Amino acid sequence: MTKAKNDKLVLSLVATGLGFLLGAIVIIGTGKNPFIMLNAMVFGTTGFNIAKGIFNARYIGEFFIQAMPIILTGLSVGFAFRTGLFNIGAEGQVLVGGLAATVVALVVKAPAIIHVPMVLGAGMLAGALWGALPGFLKARFNVHEVVVTIMMNYIGLHLNNHIIRNIIGTRDGVKTALFPHTAMLSSDFLAGITNGSRLNWGIVSVLLAILMYWFVIEKTTFGFGLRAVGFNKEGARYAGMKVERNVVASMAIAGAFAGLAGAVMAVGTFGFGRTLPAAEGYGFDGIAVALVGGNAAFGIMLSGLLFGMLKAAAPLMQSAGIPKEIGAIIQASIVVFVAMKYGLEKLLVLLGRKSREPVEGSAV
Amino acid sequence: MSFTILLEMFPIALMFAAPLVIAALGGLFSERSGVVNIALEGIMMVGGFAAAALTVVLEPGAPGWAPWIGVLAGIAAGMLFSLIHAFASINLKADQVVSGTALNILAGGLTVYLAQIFFHQQRTRSFSSGFRKISVKYLEDIPIIGRMFFDQAYPTFYVAIALVVLTWFVVYKTPFGLRLRACGEHPQAAASMGINVYRMRYIGVILSGALAGLAGGVMVLTQDIQYTVISIHGYGFIALASLIFGKWNPWGVLGTAFFFGFSETLSLYAKDISFLRGLPTEVFSSLPYILTIIALVLSAGKTVGPKAAGEIYDQGKR
Repeated sequence: MTKAKNDKLVLSLVATGLGFLLGAIVIIGTGKNPFIMLNAMVFGTTGFNIAKGIFNARYIGEFFIQAMPIILTGLSVGFAFRTGLFNIGAEGQVLVGGLAATVVALVVKAPAIIHVPMVLGAGMLAGALWGALPGFLKARFNVHEVVVTIMMNYIGLHLNNHIIRNIIGTRDGVKTALFPHTAMLSSDFLAGITNGSRLNWGIVSVLLAILMYWFVIEKTTFGFGLRAVGFNKEGARYAGMKVERNVVASMAIAGAFAGLAGAVMAVGTFGFGRTLPAAEGYGFDGIAVALVGGNAAFGIMLSGLLFGMLKAAAPLMQSAGIPKEIGAIIQASIVVFVAMKYGLEKLLVLLGRKSREPVEGSAV
Repeated sequence: MSFTILLEMFPIALMFAAPLVIAALGGLFSERSGVVNIALEGIMMVGGFAAAALTVVLEPGAPGWAPWIGVLAGIAAGMLFSLIHAFASINLKADQVVSGTALNILAGGLTVYLAQIFFHQQRTRSFSSGFRKISVKYLEDIPIIGRMFFDQAYPTFYVAIALVVLTWFVVYKTPFGLRLRACGEHPQAAASMGINVYRMRYIGVILSGALAGLAGGVMVLTQDIQYTVISIHGYGFIALASLIFGKWNPWGVLGTAFFFGFSETLSLYAKDISFLRGLPTEVFSSLPYILTIIALVLSAGKTVGPKAAGEIYDQGKR
């Protein structure tokens, strides 16, 4: 491990530690017991309830269910970061990905071996288009992608609700009809070893996505071109790279990762399409995952698991009397601390580490 | 679309426009000082929560004054919350967009967490009236203009107009405004003239926190019955777009925000307007967001914002 990578890891760990510390202080400040959170996180991840001394493997499966979509949105945000772009639109890309998957799952009739790839492909394609548009506006008109992607989130939400409510139709105003089993990722085997959790073959697509991310970014000329644009746009242009094309491509690929998250949730976790009153925050989770994971494939996987742990613990904390929003507070604090890396570096120096060059290698 | 409907839509458009104008003015102070404040949305949430919570508590005792005290609390909460952004991006040289995004995430978690602690539910208790509509004596009798601006309008719009004038005066007509703008254009040059760039940027960000906090309070107390996590639903970002489309100028911001307010009003009146009646409601719900993107594309390349906005202030740079 190089020195720069090592530094990044230390910074992420310190920021994470400070975030949890702050969370514990908030919990104590509002008169609750922080060990409830600790117990909920262990229980929600490993299935062991220390306080009650019981074990239930279903919690392990549900933990992965929480981690899977935010690893994918983390890959989405991270991929754009590597090209110097900030994709706050993973949220909307998840929504349209889920919508496209819902439409293909309900409309197409095909055996599972064709139907499942079609569903996932549709989700990725829809997400890619939803990401490519802000990328195009950035490349062609130099419109800042941050505001556009946020607007696309709201438009995606209303588009999803419109199509599901008025065109596909719902059973109860919220849910569509159940998908045919040929479209589903569900697995009796995976559910069986986790005591009937919703764990499904979507986990394989998540692992493949992590591998793809690593391969494209680190091992291909194309990925090198994207990173070059992220490091120095004008330098890349001078070296003869097609900066505009790379911006659109990067946003499209980022959108495809998020679209896959939407599809995996639709045909893996839920099994029906849904209208939503508001976006569910997977895109914002992805920002935290990417930043803490240092925008690297393996790092994103680990930080996705970390934040998945917080999400898995949320309902357990809620039932034990700590508002589950403590998860969002901890997550946001971690992002603030990662953003404060200059201050953290100074802190580390003060704590006795040798002064060193600023951390390089991230687009932000 | 008959003329009467257009007149009826006017006060409603003003209601939607008021928080946008105020929040965008907040963004103006921050960006003019050189700090991009994408956290307007989050600050509005915190301000809206504080205003709604205090209004709920005070309403039984002081029904007329409660919303005004509520928005004062919103201002205070917004200032405090924006300090995090100021500290991270000015002292610790954090990426301003990342720091702002973190504040937006934090606002959602923090407000709902506090709502659960204080009210034992995911939102504040609902208040009974919030701000009440008023009619201005004599002025409401002016033909047409009276009905557009002075009949059954929320007082908050007049606050917004007053703030536009005040902002214009402060930013363009006072030495403070000149210094503030200098910090956003070329901080090193400003520093060489003896201006404390750090201090000016702190003032810019805290003013933006005060205004966005006020905007959040105004929004919740005129457009909602309680604070929920979707009370603000993207208005902070639309305010940011108004700032860009309004060319970082208070009057431009006023015009743009009114345009967005009007587009929001269309959804309420679509059923009365023959050529819009057949469209699904989701089209109108999406309209402000679609228009925001169009506005950004139209203003692309033409508008020049503060040159140093978003840049980390490096004293050594020349």
